[in-house]
Amino acid sequence: MTILEDRPSNPAAGDHDRPIGHGRMQRKEDPRFVRGKGHYVDDIVLPGMLHGAILRAPVAHARLVSIDTTEALAHPKVLAVITGTDLQALGLAWAPTLSMDVQAVLVTDKVRFQGQEVAFVVAEDRYAARDALELIQVEYDVLPPVVDARKAMDADAPVIRDDLEGRTDNHIFDWEAGNKAETDAVFASADVVVTQEIVYPRVHPAPMETCGAVADFDPIDGRLTLYETTQAPHAHRTLFAMVSGIPEHKIRVVSPDIGGGFGNKVGIYPGYILAVVGSIVTGKPVKWVEDRSENLMSTSFARDYIMQGEIAATRDGKILALRTNVLADHGAFNATAQPTKYPAGFFHIFTGSYDLQAAHCTVTGVYTNKAPGGVAYACSFRVTEAVYLVERMVDILARKLEMDPAELRLKNFIKPEQFPYPNKTGWEYDSGDYEPTMRLSMKMAGYDELRREQKEKRERGELMGIGISFFTETVGAGPRKDMDILGLGMADGAELRIHPTGKAVVRISVQSQGQGHETTFAQIVAEEIGIPPEDIDVVHGDTDQTPFGLGTYGSRSTPVSGAAVALVARKVREKARFIAAAMLETRPEDLEWEKGRWFVKGDPSIGKTMAEIAMGAHGTVALPEGIDGNLDAEVTYDPPNLTFPFGAYICVVDVDPGTGHVKVRRFIAVDDCGTRINPMIIEGQIHGGLTDGVGMALMEFIEFDAEGNCLGGSFMDYLIPTAMEVPDWETGFTVTPSPHHPIGAKGVGESATVGSPPAVVNAVVDALAPFGVVHMDMPCTPARVWEAMQGRTRPPV
Amino acid sequence: MHINMTINGTDVTREIEPRVLLVHFIRDDLRLTGTHWGCDTSNCGTCVVLMDGQPVKSCTVLAAMADGHSITTVEGLANGTTLDPVQQGFMEEHGLQCGFCTPGMMLTARALLDHNPHPEPLEIREAISGQICRCTGYATIVRSIQWAAEHPVGTAETAATTEEEAVHA
Repeated sequence: MTILEDRPSNPAAGDHDRPIGHGRMQRKEDPRFVRGKGHYVDDIVLPGMLHGAILRAPVAHARLVSIDTTEALAHPKVLAVITGTDLQALGLAWAPTLSMDVQAVLVTDKVRFQGQEVAFVVAEDRYAARDALELIQVEYDVLPPVVDARKAMDADAPVIRDDLEGRTDNHIFDWEAGNKAETDAVFASADVVVTQEIVYPRVHPAPMETCGAVADFDPIDGRLTLYETTQAPHAHRTLFAMVSGIPEHKIRVVSPDIGGGFGNKVGIYPGYILAVVGSIVTGKPVKWVEDRSENLMSTSFARDYIMQGEIAATRDGKILALRTNVLADHGAFNATAQPTKYPAGFFHIFTGSYDLQAAHCTVTGVYTNKAPGGVAYACSFRVTEAVYLVERMVDILARKLEMDPAELRLKNFIKPEQFPYPNKTGWEYDSGDYEPTMRLSMKMAGYDELRREQKEKRERGELMGIGISFFTETVGAGPRKDMDILGLGMADGAELRIHPTGKAVVRISVQSQGQGHETTFAQIVAEEIGIPPEDIDVVHGDTDQTPFGLGTYGSRSTPVSGAAVALVARKVREKARFIAAAMLETRPEDLEWEKGRWFVKGDPSIGKTMAEIAMGAHGTVALPEGIDGNLDAEVTYDPPNLTFPFGAYICVVDVDPGTGHVKVRRFIAVDDCGTRINPMIIEGQIHGGLTDGVGMALMEFIEFDAEGNCLGGSFMDYLIPTAMEVPDWETGFTVTPSPHHPIGAKGVGESATVGSPPAVVNAVVDALAPFGVVHMDMPCTPARVWEAMQGRTRPPV
Repeated sequence: MHINMTINGTDVTREIEPRVLLVHFIRDDLRLTGTHWGCDTSNCGTCVVLMDGQPVKSCTVLAAMADGHSITTVEGLANGTTLDPVQQGFMEEHGLQCGFCTPGMMLTARALLDHNPHPEPLEIREAISGQICRCTGYATIVRSIQWAAEHPVGTAETAATTEEEAVHA
């Protein structure tokens, strides 16, 4: 274990330079999970419940000629077979996406990606439902697919979205940020310019639990209860109301325990809608749970950015400007999850941790015959892509300048006194002190010693690589004036009630998928009002039980909902002051707070604990004017800005020159997410994200052949690291609080997934430097590394 | 067809279709939902149970093949109200997050410790290499299993925590 206990002091951090009280506490969630008593969607069994299964398209692009469901309907255990025609009659054949596009729920006109939903069977058990799929006869008229995003805009490219009025090509959007003229001018006069095409390939979040739902429509009072694997239950409720016509107060969405989300469970998938339709049609609860292949082939993919990167610098290593043109493959429907005004998410954070003179980016989105998605897998709305681009480009520049990549970064960091730092594309970074964090990671790694070792090994013909990534994240979406999802502002609510006996319940609008909210949100409340976290229940995931909010993704829980919870606790604490004053027959301004207790200034022996105040609040004490009974409060938090956590990662790899196999020998990760609520949980978040990074850099890849067949549609092909492919992580931290956040805390959940892939790839490329390799695209599989050593950086597929 | 097996020490007899997978038999017929189903190609190991003390992927065993055998699922891991040290270790060392892989991981760990009470970290990694976890990055799972190895059944720590939990339950 390598928690760095002697963390560097940060004078600016002051009181924030320690974890929230109860810091490394054990999780309140664990007792049920270790006993097999978690409550996941597929564990739910309702009386009379039926099972749904989806028939999926075997080809990527084809006109639907006919569907014959006669035989399937004749199956003794089948109750319903739903087709696109049936949905059309209900006005449900198409559903809105989070990107203001529409997505087919079931195919009505033509198939647009392999694995697309064609028909839905409802049967008495899951085996019968699958049997019936094979009894449905479908005739397709196969069309040429668009597989390569680079050819999507060719004049002769087949038009995928002929369902859209007036659409004659596969273009979705163009978007830009920064100042093109200024940037071009800096490039024109720069000493050194390096360019590189960098592909962030299509990967998939692949949570261990796939997506699923149990829909229970009650025809008597018209109420829909929907148990779903959703990261955003309230947003789902609103969208279901808009799509289905069921009034919103008659819809209850319940997100129970979720077996990992990683962005996969943000959007609404056809399966959820089909479960609802199935329940309405049969009058019984309908469960739909997809299998792994369905998850990988049809739910939200991640990345798929083809980036033309350019970086300009002076000869002595002052980075001047960055520019990039991105081609974004969005698949057949634009279902990318992001705030409405940001079709490329927060990609424009691609200026990274460096103080630049100018920057400009353009992003062009195109349709292809692939599954929809894009924003998922801990990407913080495309920050993975942004950080990968800048951290690869800086390394390529370092090579060109023959400078050490650590030295080049240190030379160009934004300085602590520059924060809040307005970057060149419109962000205002809240806080940062990059150099100590970088120095700490180098110290933990023994950086100079590693370079010496590498030199010796190179002389012996051994391939060792050292890769650095220094990233700045942007998480906590976001300020309502700028950020909404389908018109819903990205704020979050919190409600806190103190029961008469001094126990508490806090209700939050975000939804844990393993991040430990039930523990850490109790810790925040405990810190603010002095009730032990064990006495505070955290309620989430049930839209009937919790205040409205936008859910958990983009590492936004701590920045937004965590702030809401701190503020609601302060509101209760302030109310408690007035009640305590009434109980003590004194004035509120004469009371002073110590954790858990209001007491009389100058006489600490006279006071009331929160438990005593709670009883008083529910009792017979005459309360002052304007103070109602009970001890509770609610808030909605609209964040003034996002939070900008950062980190310094160093990866050490050994490459087998005979086979091209890359072994990650060491990985040092120093993260700074401001105030740390629970260091144990943060460490776990980092470990998980680093594993994602190693997976993406070395193994994970969803590929398609020329016919549009998905080649990464199972765990036989889509490889995820096991315990054998990852090292024992070495983690450290610094603390630079967010000045605008009520407790100085920043998000952190996605930092490691964002920050680690460039460290691994930089290490692999560094190891291959003797072969003249400047860049290679992920994943750095043995075959690709071997090819790169032969002088080819783009191996044959 | 008619099958009979011991699940967590209790005899069960059922009529089933021969094609029913053990994972579905356990989850759907016996309603023991701690055993999970995470893939369709026998890679992920969230469905691991012990068959006669050996870890098996219950998605790759027909319920019919378990006829006459003894099965332990996560629900049978604790001894009454006393947690197995493996369960305690996962809580102590934060060896779980979303909890979906946890039952399978713990059962594999139990089998490992039963035949190798003091495994090296690499032996632990090998033992769980047939299982995927998306949340933890494995290091804390390794620590959890090491914790269990250092705290055999019936130690004061394990029993004390369990009593405390039993009171709260």
